[in-house]
Amino acid sequence: MKKNPLLVALCYLIIGTLGAACADAQATPRIQFEKYRLPNGLEVILHEDHSTPIVAVDTWYHVGSGDEQVGRTGFAHLFEHIMFMGSQNVPVGAFDQMLEAAGANNNGSTTEDRTNYYETLPSNALQLALWLDADRMGFLLPTMDLPKVNLQRDVVKNERRQRVDNVPYGRADEIILAALYPKTHPYSWPVIGSMSDLSAASLADVQNFFKTYYAPNNATLTIAGDFDPSTVKKLVALYFGSIPRGPEVKRRLTVPAVAIPRDTFLVLEDKVQLPRLFYTWHSVKGFSKDDAALDILAQIIANDKNSRLYKKLVYDLQIAQNVSAGQDGSRLDGKFQIDVSPKPGQKVADIDRIVQTEIAGVISGGVTQRELQRAQNLYKASFLNRLASVLGKAEVLNSYNYFVGNPDYVQQDAARYERVTAADVQRVAKTYLGRPKIVLTVVPEGKKDMMLTASGGDR
Amino acid sequence: MKVFGATSTLGVLILLAVQSIASAQGTFDRTKPPELGPPPRVSLPPILTRQLPNGLKLMIVEQHELPLADFVLLVGSGGTVDPAGKTGVANLTSSMLREGTTTRKSLDIADQVAFLGINLSPTSSWESSTLSLHTPTAQLDSALALFADVALHPSFPANEFERIRKTRLTELLQLRDQGPAIANIAFPAIIYGSGHPYGLPLIGSEGSVKSLTTADLLSYYQTNFRPNNATLIVVGDVNPAQVEQKINTLFGNWERGDLPQLNYSEPPKSGTTTIYLIDKPGAAQSSFRIGSVGVPRSTRDYFALTVMNTILGGSFTSRLNQNLREARGYTYGAGSRFDMRRAAGPFTASAEIVSAKTDSALLEFMKELNGIRQSVPPDELSRAKRYLQLQLPGNFETTQQIAGALVPVALYGLPLDYYNNYVQNIEGVTQADVARVAQQYISPGSLAVVIVGDRKTIEQGLKAINVGAIAIRDIAGQPIQ
Repeated sequence: MKKNPLLVALCYLIIGTLGAACADAQATPRIQFEKYRLPNGLEVILHEDHSTPIVAVDTWYHVGSGDEQVGRTGFAHLFEHIMFMGSQNVPVGAFDQMLEAAGANNNGSTTEDRTNYYETLPSNALQLALWLDADRMGFLLPTMDLPKVNLQRDVVKNERRQRVDNVPYGRADEIILAALYPKTHPYSWPVIGSMSDLSAASLADVQNFFKTYYAPNNATLTIAGDFDPSTVKKLVALYFGSIPRGPEVKRRLTVPAVAIPRDTFLVLEDKVQLPRLFYTWHSVKGFSKDDAALDILAQIIANDKNSRLYKKLVYDLQIAQNVSAGQDGSRLDGKFQIDVSPKPGQKVADIDRIVQTEIAGVISGGVTQRELQRAQNLYKASFLNRLASVLGKAEVLNSYNYFVGNPDYVQQDAARYERVTAADVQRVAKTYLGRPKIVLTVVPEGKKDMMLTASGGDR
Repeated sequence: MKVFGATSTLGVLILLAVQSIASAQGTFDRTKPPELGPPPRVSLPPILTRQLPNGLKLMIVEQHELPLADFVLLVGSGGTVDPAGKTGVANLTSSMLREGTTTRKSLDIADQVAFLGINLSPTSSWESSTLSLHTPTAQLDSALALFADVALHPSFPANEFERIRKTRLTELLQLRDQGPAIANIAFPAIIYGSGHPYGLPLIGSEGSVKSLTTADLLSYYQTNFRPNNATLIVVGDVNPAQVEQKINTLFGNWERGDLPQLNYSEPPKSGTTTIYLIDKPGAAQSSFRIGSVGVPRSTRDYFALTVMNTILGGSFTSRLNQNLREARGYTYGAGSRFDMRRAAGPFTASAEIVSAKTDSALLEFMKELNGIRQSVPPDELSRAKRYLQLQLPGNFETTQQIAGALVPVALYGLPLDYYNNYVQNIEGVTQADVARVAQQYISPGSLAVVIVGDRKTIEQGLKAINVGAIAIRDIAGQPIQ
């Protein structure tokens, strides 16, 4: 049973006790890998890990909801569902039946930027996953028909109901995106799309989307786990090598400018007992200069009992039920969000005053070394946790390969967070949270007067 | 990692079958699925067991893949021992563990957790309470000291409890917004009634939460958090002898106690199939929870039920999901489960169904619940068995997964080689077994059908299909006065 020598070394190196040096104690391990490209353009990344007799096959297609056309929002995700409905050599239903009979778990997901499809399965069944994934990459359309599209359209509409429409505060996100980004911006609509656009999707849309984006030259196949690399390379060539290259995929590299000239106050009525406040600022894209500092800022502002807003609003004053914050940096753009749920009987204006005061406090007074250290240590541990499973490692490799062009980036990514200084946190707070913002109050039906307005507002 | 593989006596790792690759290369035929070699043989983690003089049991599994370790302190008591009228005590006691110890304040604990980069999470269920620690081993000593302090010396400060109580009351208020959450509380309330602990909500009710005091929590803690009622599960990059010594130091003085006897009353007998309709005006979907009182974990039919339920609603290709999602598009997902506990837990079939198809969906549910009582075709049976057997290695990949897998072993006293025999036990389930357990445990004529949805638009349709009488209930599942 082979082991990664580096990992073995780490196991014995890091026996130490906690002290001020805690943050220096644990390095993020590198993931060994091999990357190559087939003549048809398919990128392949291999990572061996024989610790468990399983293997993860994780295919990323470089397309997401940000590539959708106006009037067809939600299509990239609908298409993802259709990819499980069989292909030329795989009858409807057989995709999942064969995988489950082989002991596999499989799924897919869609974001603004990319779509992934993955299987985790016993190592003897790797060939089955490759055959199935190759068939849908190369031969989806011959057996594609409208009933398949219609069926998954209904399933996806139910997914939307289950995740958005039948969930309290579920529609906040799409209201915010539409207010934050101009209409032509690829992130101005939600990944799940609108019901009317889902209704409009046609068989021709499926065919065109497949021909445009689902070609080997727009995908990365990452295999991580218990396999023999020379055997797997032959199999990958066998199954994927003859799939013809598609036309060159032109994806946008820039987005329309985002301009929010002044604070914008919105209200949404929902079937809820209590209002909730959502603050959103335009920020920066993922992996860009200030992205990590904004992640750290979010942690210091709201994601811990000792964080500024949680301690004040939830712990000390007990006027809020919860508060959270996050930097969401995607491929082309990003946003920073804080949401707060007042407790029953509390006014959003009172909450807002404290939110403003606390943000102003970070901007004017900065953060303490302890606050910074806590946030950095949590990030440091999270990198280790992402490497615990073969699927986790496949996702890490695919993600860095796609977003920074280099699968070998986990240590550099961890280092981004190590480098953040208290001055950086203060600076990004001032730069980004000092900007005009979108403020959405979700209120109980018929209680629009509970919304936060420029003048404070609520009664 | 050492959990499976060539070093063990049982495990022989076989990669891809050589002959099938060779033939594929010679005459590659894309129209046929590849022939797979034999699956890797699996042997399960050697579990080291120890017991401290005070009765605390230890289960230790080494896993050295990453410098991480998981500790789960499993206490064998939970919501079922909540005193009458004080439902929620066990759950709130768990919530209070991180809110202060005799030497640490709530905010200090949170500060340490973040500073160490660890997860420290208490949970509580019907018959167990757990405190879980996930830590990089670089921080092991500090993390373990904090873990032990929180487990052994909670002080239940009154001011922190008032805050937690307010938070809980707000959570209970916000539950009204969520159809699925309402269904999850109403369904057991209806099938068990208020006289059985499984019928009461673990998180308490508005009335009980308002009435509780820190004395109630302390009393529950002192009675149940005892070493002779606990197992400490350790999985990860640890040296067993060293970790045992650390545990001895930290937990060795924990004092034994007299444990209360658990007594479960009989759940009420189920009547004829009835639709319990709970109004959620304007709901986009109807939340379905259909079922009855099921079986205890100790059932001799465990493996037959596991296979049967996999076919009915325990996998993506199960009948319920295939029918309601993949054939009809009524839902994003449908499934079923037997929740097995010390006493008979519920059998539940569930889905979130688009409101307009509420009645049609109920007919399909009933069709599948009847259909599973007929003989299952051999290929479907075989597929379900392979699914369960071959997934096993993937369930033992990470330290957290392994620790989680050991919880039922400790809680229900399963043999230590339980997972080693799992494949064989699943293999032994026959077509006749599946039919027998389906007929014995799924009774389409005496089901509780709980539906939380928009009454105005769904009631007429439900009446028309005549599956059962309709009873209107409130959000707690109780008759409306």
